[in-house]
Amino acid sequence: MDKILEVTDLITRFHTFDGVVHALSGVSFHLYRGETLGVVGESGSGKSVTMMSLLHLLAAPPARIEGGRALYFGDNGPLDLLGLDTAGISRIRGGRMGFIFQDALSALNPVMTVGRQISETLVEHLGMTTARAWNRSVQLLDYVGIPEPGKRAAAYPHQFSGGMRQRAMIALAIACQPRVIIADEPTTALDVTVQAQIIDLVLRLKSEMNMSVIWITHDLGVVAGIADRVMVMYAGTVVETAPVDDLFYRPAHPYTIKLLGALPKIGQAGNYRLESIDGTPPDLLEKPSHCQFVWRCDHAGDRCWQDIPQNREISPGHQAACFFPFTDKGVR
Amino acid sequence: MQRYILSRLIQSVFILFGVLLIVFFMLQLTGDPVSLMISRHATPEDVEALREELGFNRPVAVQFGSFIAGAVTGDFGKSLRHKQPAMDLILSRLPATIELAATALLLSLVLGIPLGLVAGSNPGSFWDLLSRGTGLLGQTIPNFWLALILVLVFSVHLGWFPTFGRDTWTVLGLTLPTRSVLLPAFSLSLFTMGQLVRFTRSAVMEIRSEDYVRTAYSKGIAHRKVYIRHILRNAAIPLISIVGVQFGYLLSGSIYIETIFSWPGLGNLLAESIGNRDFALVQAIAFFSSFVVVFLNLLTDIAYALADPRIRY
Amino acid sequence: MTHPASGLRVDQEKQTDVWSFLTYTWRLLARDKAGMAGLVMFLIVVISAVFAPLLSPHDPLKQNLRFAKHPPAWSEGGSIHHPLGTDNLGRDILSRIIYGTRVSLTVGFFGVLIASSLGIAIGLVAGYAGGTTDNVIMGGVNLVLALPYLVFVVFIAAILGSSLINVILIFGFTDIPIFVRITRGEVIKMRSSGFVESARAIGATDARIIFSHILPNLIGPIVTLATFEMSAMIFYEAGLGFLGLSVPPSIPSWGNMLASGRQYLVSYPWIATFPGLAIIFTGLGMNLLGDWLRDVLDPRMRRVKK
Repeated sequence: MDKILEVTDLITRFHTFDGVVHALSGVSFHLYRGETLGVVGESGSGKSVTMMSLLHLLAAPPARIEGGRALYFGDNGPLDLLGLDTAGISRIRGGRMGFIFQDALSALNPVMTVGRQISETLVEHLGMTTARAWNRSVQLLDYVGIPEPGKRAAAYPHQFSGGMRQRAMIALAIACQPRVIIADEPTTALDVTVQAQIIDLVLRLKSEMNMSVIWITHDLGVVAGIADRVMVMYAGTVVETAPVDDLFYRPAHPYTIKLLGALPKIGQAGNYRLESIDGTPPDLLEKPSHCQFVWRCDHAGDRCWQDIPQNREISPGHQAACFFPFTDKGVR
Repeated sequence: MQRYILSRLIQSVFILFGVLLIVFFMLQLTGDPVSLMISRHATPEDVEALREELGFNRPVAVQFGSFIAGAVTGDFGKSLRHKQPAMDLILSRLPATIELAATALLLSLVLGIPLGLVAGSNPGSFWDLLSRGTGLLGQTIPNFWLALILVLVFSVHLGWFPTFGRDTWTVLGLTLPTRSVLLPAFSLSLFTMGQLVRFTRSAVMEIRSEDYVRTAYSKGIAHRKVYIRHILRNAAIPLISIVGVQFGYLLSGSIYIETIFSWPGLGNLLAESIGNRDFALVQAIAFFSSFVVVFLNLLTDIAYALADPRIRY
Repeated sequence: MTHPASGLRVDQEKQTDVWSFLTYTWRLLARDKAGMAGLVMFLIVVISAVFAPLLSPHDPLKQNLRFAKHPPAWSEGGSIHHPLGTDNLGRDILSRIIYGTRVSLTVGFFGVLIASSLGIAIGLVAGYAGGTTDNVIMGGVNLVLALPYLVFVVFIAAILGSSLINVILIFGFTDIPIFVRITRGEVIKMRSSGFVESARAIGATDARIIFSHILPNLIGPIVTLATFEMSAMIFYEAGLGFLGLSVPPSIPSWGNMLASGRQYLVSYPWIATFPGLAIIFTGLGMNLLGDWLRDVLDPRMRRVKK
């Protein structure tokens, strides 16, 4: 399969009053054309920061990208996103890669009609006239399943319901038919039935428009349903990447295993105790000098306190950053 | 919308009634209004005669009734000093005050808002420092002191402006301001300018980090367009109320400046009438200023409601 | 100056005892240079007021026409004997400015004391009782806040006549609404947060809820507001003095000095210049201090994401 995106050793730090926050300490991953990559991890693990770093969306200062490469394989050959200037990254944003944010209410401009917010991006990337862009916006709203799209285009975000607002947000992200959609916890703020509708919508659009999707979430249940591959993040690093079935049936990293243990299972006996993970994520103000999960790990050895584990192949397409990963042959 | 305007209108009428109440009873504060107005050397007969003339020997309720009855028709009695209806005097002084306040507002808008914008977009820059300085000094430099210093430097030593008075020139029947308005207007505008700089700066800084601005960038919109369409547009809405409130302040707060520059406006009239113990005129000015402020607040609220689609009724 | 990250620390380090809170606050202050400068400037003013007799080179009231209208020490004809020169009656300007801090701080302090104590009490009643009581109180508050402040202050001062007590009372009473509004706002916010209900559910009395739950939460916003209001009162007192409506001319105050200096502006400009600088110095100090207090004591004012 062809890659559309390949990120190597991405390092992002926040330079704050209290010191340097090591938000990302060498994140590497790739995205294939047409696949859905689920990105899971606790809040603060660097899921969103990774994606925003790619598109230069973090406020600088305090954020600074201090290393790495992010190749985007477009029609004109590979392009390093991190090296692009403002004009260059503007072409990618919205045009090649669309972003769906978590809270559509705060992510949409409250004093601009939804139609104008969609038109704006069409005018910018496709050079449409305002009138044509407006008509196209109405079509897009219709396409994402908003009833009476002509009327709704002229409405303001606060006049939409939560689910409709998220649909409008999606219409905005796909307006210029980007190759990649980054969905940053798009269903967290919604109730369960609406959540399912939004997930269906994104998957439908993905196959119809032949896009790749990066789906950020902390909900493993959602990931199981939609992702082709899953990447688990912890304290600013990728700790495990695997095809979705491998991850759920043969998790290798102790953190992934604990994460799965914290998941309620259907069919479990009534008094089954949900396992929670002891301890808290590490203080990112300290520069990592060893495995970041070591404090919470039941299997840590001396090595784990001395070195930073690198991602290693466990089986084809399955990597984990652990000195003592669980494999079919047991702990090594 | 109509219902909102109507309810704000009713509210304003209530406030104005409250103002009348305050203005009326203020004179009763010392117990005897007449003794406030007359010279200490007046004979008891003179006092009694004035009391009779002004109707202060009637029961307070009756006095209040006739005060209100007069007030709603714009009649606040006669100025003791000028022997003219108080409202006529006020209206004759109004153009000068409006000229001063409008110029001051214009100065503070033209200088304050751009500075606040640049500062808010570049935190930590020279402009940011300058804007913080302006905000702070606007709040701490007394305008009456600033006026004195400006007169000293620009009128006395450099001779660029007249030291006092209002000159106008007339073109095609229109009375137009001359440079004589600049020094008083600048002194008066400093506070408002500081407020506008402060407010614009913090609004821009706040809105810059809003999620919807990030969304705009994520759509690939160019920096300049994000500023104009998303950041400035949203900062402008709350700015409406600040400008409204500040214009009210400028119209009613020019007592020092008008005194120092002998500017023939309302503030000067107020200072004169207090010096003359001409309290019917003071009452009228106090009510008139309140009326202007309440009216401006009403207009501001309506403008705000029109500009912000989120406000629902 | 206020960095989002500096806010984090306060919330994380749960203050357990007063001492650690104070030392922590001190560390924050030491880091903020502008706030530190504000504190130092304010302390200079306070010390001048308290030790005025010791610090003043001359009796501020003593007239000496032989030495009248002397310029400041650094200009031609000035002497070190009168560092900031003398006024039209030969009184030492530096000494008068030092004594002037007493009027300013007295008005500011007692004005805020009256306004805040009455304002907090009324605000608690309004916020706690709600309903008609609240509506009536807020109606009055909105009425007073809609008035053009300066016009009415001048009006009242002209009627009551000039004396220190009157000035304090005028500022104290006209400033009540601002304290009512902030107190009521806090109370209503706390009520809606549900913890008043939960305190009541475990049997706490109203008095206990007010004194041990609501008042402590009010301290931050009130102290911040009080700083700004005190600064504003010092400013307005000078303004009234300039119009001859504040303390009697015999008392050395900055406003009175400005008023008399105005007549000699062209020939003897220093008489009016220095009291103005004293007002600016004080105002600057208190505003810097207030800005800093707002950042430290009032977490809501910090720009922290919801």
